[in-house]
Amino acid sequence: MAEVMLDSVSKSFGSTRAVEAIDLTIPDGGFVVLLGPTGAGKTTTLRLIAGVEKPDAGDIVIAGRSVLADTPAQRNVAMVFQQYSLYPHMSVRDNLAFPLRSPILRTPEDEITRKVAEVAEVLHIAHKLDNKATELSGGEMQRVSIGRALVRSPSIYLMDEPLSSLDAKLRAELRIELKRIHAQLGATLLYVTHDQIEAMTMASHVGVLDKGRPVQFGSPREIYEKPASLYVAQRLGLPRINALPAGLFPAAPAGAATIGLRPEHVEQGKGKTATVSRVEHLGDQTRLHLILEGHAIVTLADVHTDLEAGDEIAIQPRNPLYFDASGNRIA
Amino acid sequence: MAEIEIRKLRKDFGDFTAVQSSSFRVEDGEFFMLLGPSGCGKTTTLRMIAGLELPTSGEILIDGENVAQKPARERDIAFVFQMFALYPHMNVRRNISYPLISQGMKRAQVREKITEVARILGIEHILDHPVGGLSGGDRQRVALGRAIVRQPKAFLMDEPLGALDTEFREHMAEELRALHDRMGATTVYVTHDQLEAMQMGDKIVVMNHGVIEQYGTPQDIYDKSATMFVADFIGSPPMNFLRFSSSVEAGATGVALHHATLPLPAMRVPFDGDMAYGIRPEHVRLSDDGVYRGEVIATEYLGPNQIVTLLAPNGEVKARIPSDQIARVGEVVGMDFDGTRATLFDNQTGHALASDLNEGVLSHG
Repeated sequence: MAEVMLDSVSKSFGSTRAVEAIDLTIPDGGFVVLLGPTGAGKTTTLRLIAGVEKPDAGDIVIAGRSVLADTPAQRNVAMVFQQYSLYPHMSVRDNLAFPLRSPILRTPEDEITRKVAEVAEVLHIAHKLDNKATELSGGEMQRVSIGRALVRSPSIYLMDEPLSSLDAKLRAELRIELKRIHAQLGATLLYVTHDQIEAMTMASHVGVLDKGRPVQFGSPREIYEKPASLYVAQRLGLPRINALPAGLFPAAPAGAATIGLRPEHVEQGKGKTATVSRVEHLGDQTRLHLILEGHAIVTLADVHTDLEAGDEIAIQPRNPLYFDASGNRIA
Repeated sequence: MAEIEIRKLRKDFGDFTAVQSSSFRVEDGEFFMLLGPSGCGKTTTLRMIAGLELPTSGEILIDGENVAQKPARERDIAFVFQMFALYPHMNVRRNISYPLISQGMKRAQVREKITEVARILGIEHILDHPVGGLSGGDRQRVALGRAIVRQPKAFLMDEPLGALDTEFREHMAEELRALHDRMGATTVYVTHDQLEAMQMGDKIVVMNHGVIEQYGTPQDIYDKSATMFVADFIGSPPMNFLRFSSSVEAGATGVALHHATLPLPAMRVPFDGDMAYGIRPEHVRLSDDGVYRGEVIATEYLGPNQIVTLLAPNGEVKARIPSDQIARVGEVVGMDFDGTRATLFDNQTGHALASDLNEGVLSHG
């Protein structure tokens, strides 16, 4: 495994700037998740590292050496895609062994056997090794595609939304599994997603991208608790942070244009009177939709609250975040 | 608007029974969810209500009239499909007005209706745009517009948000629900997404293999799950099950397991045999004194709280605890369960055993 560094890398497609002067270091052994909406430049960044795209400017350094001149194969990266791409006519065993049998790697057969067994064990698919790829469930197929990356010992694993085509249960299971595999193998991982749960639960570091630019890099906790901007604050947290005019509540600092209230930043029982517009019972939590002077606010209530639409409650901010007119956090 | 009552509805396709014997009632103005995994019979049920499939047996009453064997066009119901089927060569206005014009409505009246629907949906500004260039959200709104413009007795929706990405879906879900609150139209909505069902529904029917597992309000279904299937299908993460063999007496407030006693709401029935102790993640606390112990195998940060996964003697247990509480992978910790919120299941049948918590709900079946 190795450290991977992007030094002011830019890439345009025609007049569209996909990635703009990205500086990013993926530490050796790190699990870095790039988070952003569609079009933020996540996948392009991944493809630039893999060598499938060439940057217009900047340098890409793997283990201390520039790899710009290297082919994708020479870069020794392993990629996992959103859609599992298995050879349907081959067994799981042969699918897993395939990358090791490539003419470049020329792995001895006994080592292939050992590697495949090891990876199958890690991914809990050992009992399926002799099945055809087509006999697997969706979750198993995606495990095999991940396994195909894991059998190799690349400098970095690049994963492009590998869980997005799976149902919620499997996603939850594989999230934990990926994290465990990462810890077990000490692998370096760059993972791209628009799913904030994946970013928060798996990453050692999250890089938030906005229109091709990294806007914040830090641990999930730092990003959640100390977002650099309103844009970042809106990327993490469910229900989403409430962004309201700073003047709605007293005591806004000078220069504040927006007050950012996460649901847990809304204190009930004191302050201004808001009207309940809707109560959502989600089981483990109950969401209150409030209207305060024409502004919609979402917060949480006791799970078995008696509040209902039309009721009034007093609310005030508790440890809120403040942003200036351009969206940067000032307090 | 309408009240819909389903009585012993059944649908066979050859040897395959898609819906076995469903009975439920949708009150006038309710937002009603049919929830379950693919193949559970929810879409078949919806299609029977619409008249797109005729039931093998059973009754469908709309405002008291049995329409089970009537063709779709005589039911005055609007169907919104997963894929928004718009006429690509027509603009937004023509797409929405199409159902009215084909009914032979007068032009002036059509114009009036369109204006009203456009206002409700907030699409006044795109009425004269071609549908080709619209965003996914606007296309969805136009499709809805076409459904609501005829003011049918009820709306039927088959995963209308299924094709959208998460962020947008959440937004549309809120919009749909707000639209419902404004119009008060009876709506039957099919989804496989439990969160969507909990978030939008006044009532939920949970289906599995053509059978109704439970029928009730979202909170009741969550708190008082009638079967292990429901308890597992609803909630994220779902309910934990500790499986073992033991016995309880009626009136017991705990069940013995190893050296520990797992707390329960007072049982109304005795039971002896293979059971599953069901406890939701937010009702598990980590505690040094807990006699029942497990090893922390994963922690997942979620902002204000975190999910801790423990490997316990009877399987994995997930706990939802505050983020500032420290849990380290590899550590062995004790667990405390909130017994008033626990459910004991017969592990063979998967049915919940009656207790002070769930009595009164189970009989709804």
